[in-house]
Parts: sequence; structure tokens; C-alpha cells
Amino acid sequence: MDLSAINPAVLAASLMVAATPILLAAIGELVVEKSGVLNLGVEGMMITGAICGFAIAVETGSPVLGFLAAMLGGAALSLVFGFLTQVLMSNQVATGLALTLFGLGFSALIGQGYVGIKPPAMAKPDLGPLADIPVLGRILFSHDLIVYLSLGLVVAVWVFLRFTRPGLILRAVGENHDAAHALGYHVVRIRLAAIAFGGACAGLGGAYLSLIRVPQWTEGMTAGAGWIALAIVVFASWRAGRVLLGAYLFGGVAVLQLNLQAAGVAVPVELLSASPYLVTILVLVIMSADRGRAALNAPASLGRVFHASN
Amino acid sequence: MNRRTLLASAAFALGLAGAAAAQDKIKVGFVYVGPIGDGGWTYEHDKGRLAIEAQFGDAVETVYQESVPEGADAERVMTQMALSGADLIFATSFGYMDPVINVAQKFPNVKFEHATGYKRADNVSTYSARFYEGRAVQGLIAGRMTESNIIGYIGAYPIPEVIQGINAAYIHAKQVNPDVQFKIVWAYTWFDPAKEADAATALIEQGADVILQHTDSTAPQAAAERAGNVYTFGQASDMAEYAPKPRISSIIDNWSPYYIDRVQAVIDGTWESTDTWDGIGPGMVEIGEISEAVPAEVKAEAEALIAALASGEYHAFTGPLNRQDGTPWLAEGEVADDATLLGMNFYVEGLTAEVPK
Repeated sequence: MDLSAINPAVLAASLMVAATPILLAAIGELVVEKSGVLNLGVEGMMITGAICGFAIAVETGSPVLGFLAAMLGGAALSLVFGFLTQVLMSNQVATGLALTLFGLGFSALIGQGYVGIKPPAMAKPDLGPLADIPVLGRILFSHDLIVYLSLGLVVAVWVFLRFTRPGLILRAVGENHDAAHALGYHVVRIRLAAIAFGGACAGLGGAYLSLIRVPQWTEGMTAGAGWIALAIVVFASWRAGRVLLGAYLFGGVAVLQLNLQAAGVAVPVELLSASPYLVTILVLVIMSADRGRAALNAPASLGRVFHASN
Repeated sequence: MNRRTLLASAAFALGLAGAAAAQDKIKVGFVYVGPIGDGGWTYEHDKGRLAIEAQFGDAVETVYQESVPEGADAERVMTQMALSGADLIFATSFGYMDPVINVAQKFPNVKFEHATGYKRADNVSTYSARFYEGRAVQGLIAGRMTESNIIGYIGAYPIPEVIQGINAAYIHAKQVNPDVQFKIVWAYTWFDPAKEADAATALIEQGADVILQHTDSTAPQAAAERAGNVYTFGQASDMAEYAPKPRISSIIDNWSPYYIDRVQAVIDGTWESTDTWDGIGPGMVEIGEISEAVPAEVKAEAEALIAALASGEYHAFTGPLNRQDGTPWLAEGEVADDATLLGMNFYVEGLTAEVPK
């Protein structure tokens, strides 16, 4: 065993990178669920974002355009879900699952010409002397823009839901859509906006995988990250701060266990391999152990179909 | 004859032709563990499927299912294939072993071919390639190329096939570089690009400058390329898009000749349950081009090893070799028997990690 081979600063930096796709998808899904919509298509939107971003980045040579395209792609796909569930009032669970299947197949179709191509690299912002601070510089100031953007999004979503009037309206729609409707709010319109936001976030997360974290296009490359994001939203009891914690815990333990393996730690590898799931679930379950309060957080209209005539 | 009767008779003729063809057409099913676009393992199996189509044309119909999880789902997929009239089913991953046996019992008239497994029945054959021969070549090159003397190895699952590879690579790296050290990470997945990239990054951060992978995607290649001075090897497929660096050589699985043979056997009615395990010699394992990043003398050394393995004059597991705990395994000049290799669950002496139980 040689733990000295693991550099904590490098580890912390790579856990942030590993957690970012899940964090982005989860924070988007949090807003969607807060508006009372259960979109199980996160995986499909992520992978669609991954290929849209990859294709556009390769064609234009600009990763920034790629990320924009990924957000557009994810949002467009989520609006298909939005149209089906909000306008045609289809079942949200079934439609969400179908969205995942569709996204996986659709991305494989677009992606056929992009296997084995290398995407243009995204320039990292140069934070000058900040990045040279020992330890902290490596952890905090040596990342690409998307990592900072994802952290900013968490704060923005928290502020939006907690302190702003539109945030209150969105929550009202999620808690009781009939009451919100009676007050004159456009339930369907608000939900469609939330769904599109969630799709854009998932798309961005997917593109982070294909453009920065891996970086390449491979069919099925999200490999379940969307499902993890969905689970984290629930275990985080619909709170932005806990979503961040959950995503970083998952990403952190996932990276840590690989490092521990490489260092030859005498812990059964099966246990290490399962540890990201175990630790994340344990910590978040313990944190939301106060059942009364956790139940209050779940949007009361989650997954229910809204029709103005009800 | 007006247009309508013309169309009707054409449709009738087509229908007849279709019905006739359906009777003698051999239907071949493939079950894949990853997507065809993985650029590695499944991609090569699908090349085998395409080779069947090219060889037999209309006499054979092929169907396939991608990304089938190992376990109960595989049983469902194979049952579906058997019910829809498949005559021969190739199950192309180790974890399909028990599902294959279960489904084969239910469909005694359907023939099954299971890759890399060891359970057979009257209608179940197994086939595999001696990947460890390729691993020996990689180990030699890796031992010569490493400067940090740390070689990283990404394993999928601790099954004999993967452990053979680790041992073969280690033995031959050690022969040319006594200071070499292996760091092994188990991904517990055949295909998860993000995880494979993370595993490669973890190994590189801990000082590895050569990465061997036994997982199916090209993600570790991309991670190595980003890190700079790291060398890798293509796994299952050539992965030439990462040549000449980081990918400096590769193991290519060439299933086409075997697949064509087996389909021919079904057509001829001579198919029987067999166990095939071919290496570099018969061409089931190919070594991809050794790129210009490798010095000429190392390349020559590797090519000599390839030739010796191909002709059979040298076996990748030749004694004296001890097991990890120091007990003797093979005496001077003795070579490993296939039964031990197929059940290999131990490391050779010198490796520091433990085989996960």
C-alpha cells in the first residue's frame, strides 16, 4: 500500500471534474421536479447533448458553440417531452422512459460519423497568480469554465427558488397546480420553461462528458449518469445545496476508489467499486432522516397530470 | 396487363421468393455487451458479423442486439432470438455464460456459441482467443518504453481471461525491465467511457507512464493523449486513430474466419459442440502496427517475440515461474497447460496487488 502516491489536491481537482456532468443534470432536474414534473428522460437528454455538442464543436472548431448547441439539443428534446406530457397530457413516467430510449438511439444515429474523432480542446481561463497558490490553486483555480458555471448554477437555482418571486411561483405550481391555476398563473407555460431549463442543463452535462471529461464520442457514453442524477435529486430532498453535496460525494468517492485501487489499498475491490453508491445514499439518507421535513420538500404535485378543467 | 395487375403479380412473385428464401436461409443472431460504436470489443465482433453477410450473401440472415447487460436480460434476448427462428446464436461476452446454458437447454435445436466462457453442452460451443499472447508483446514493449517504471493496468472484471493478460504482460515487462511495477485498477464494467477515463487519469496521476487496458472503449487512449507523455495499446480493435502516440501498438481480435467457419458448418450440417482457443498463429489474435514512437530495436524485439509465439516455439507462460506467494508453478522450461490458464485466478510472483475474490 502506498497512500503517499495519492495527491489530495490533484484528487480534489479531479473529483470536481468527475462530478460536473452529474451535477449539471441534477440541478436542472431539480428545477423540473420543483415545478411538479417528473422527467425520467435525463439520460436521453444528456446523451443527446453529448453528441450535439460534440458534432457542433467538431464542425465549427469551437467548443463554446458546441456547449451552446448541446444546451439547445437537450432543451429541444425535453420540449418533445414537454409537449407530450403538458399539452397532450401523456403519462410522465412512461414518456420520460421513452425519451431516454429515444435519446440513446437518436444520438447513436447522429454520432455514426463522429466515432474516433478528437474534439477541439476548450481553453481554460488563466487565473494567473491564483492558480499558483499551493494546494488551493490546484483545487479551486485550475478548472475549465463549465466547472465554475455549474457551481454558479447551483447558487443561482438556490437563490431563484428561495428568494425570488418567479421562484415562488414555480414552487407553487409544483405544490398545487390547481391553486396556482386559480391564482391566474400559466401552469403549462411555467412547466414547459422548467422542462426546457432541465433539458438544457442535462445537455450541457452530456457535452461536458464528450468534450472535456472523456473527451471523445462513443455510443452510450453517459452509461447511466442520468439515472444517478435523478437519484441524487430525490436523495437530496429537492435542495440545491444537497444536490451539490450529493454529486460531489458521488464523483469524489468514484475517483477516490480508483486511486485507492491504484495505490493497492487492502480493501476488497468489490466494496470500493460499490462505494460511490453506498456512501452517497447513506449520507443523503441520514441527512434527510427527519422524515417530516423531508416529505415537506417533495413537490406535492410531482408527476401529476394537470388539466385546466379539473 | 394494366398497372394494377402488374403490381399484384410482382408482389405475388416477391412473396413467393421471400417464402422460399425464408426456408433455407440460416438465421444467425449476435448478442453484444456494448454498442457497435465502442471502437473495441463489440466493434470487432460486428465486423465478424458483416464478414458472414459478405461471405454468404442471401443464404444467411443476421440479427443482433447491442448493449445487452450480462445476466437475466441476456437470457431474455437470446430466448427472443431463438423464438424468432435463429439457427445459430453468438453470445459475445463472458458474463452470458449461465444465460447461454439456460437458454440452450430450452432450445436443443438452436446452436449456441459462447465467447470466452468454459461451460459447454451438446448445442453450446465455446470459443476464445489467446489474448495473453498479445499481452506478452504489450508487456515487452511497455517494459522497454516506461521511464517511471510504473505501468498502469485497467481491468474490467477479475476473470481468468483478464488475469492471464495481467500475468503475461507482467512477466514479459519484468524480463526486459526488472524494476517494473504494475498498478492495477478494476473498473467492474466492460464499457463506461467516463469511468475508464477516470481510471486512466488516476493511474497517470500516480506515476504510470504506460497504460494497458482490458476494457472496451477508447476513453483511456483519450485520457493518455491529454496527459502527454503516456503510452497506450489498442484493445480488441486497432484504435489506430490514436496512433502513433499515445497508441503504440494494439491487440486486434479477428473473429471473421471463425464465424464464417461456424456458419458454414451449420449450413453443411456438420456443426458440433467444440472448444476453440486460437492465438497469434492461426490469426485470431493480431498485433496492430507498432508505431514510430517505439524505437527500432524495441520494435524488432517485439516482432521476434510475435514470430516465436506465432510459430509455437515459445509459449507466453514458460517456466521457471512462481505464484505470487512464492510457491513454484512452472519448472524451468515447462509451459502452462490450458486448464490452468482457463481457470487462472492467481498472480505470478512479483505483482504486488491482490486478485479480488
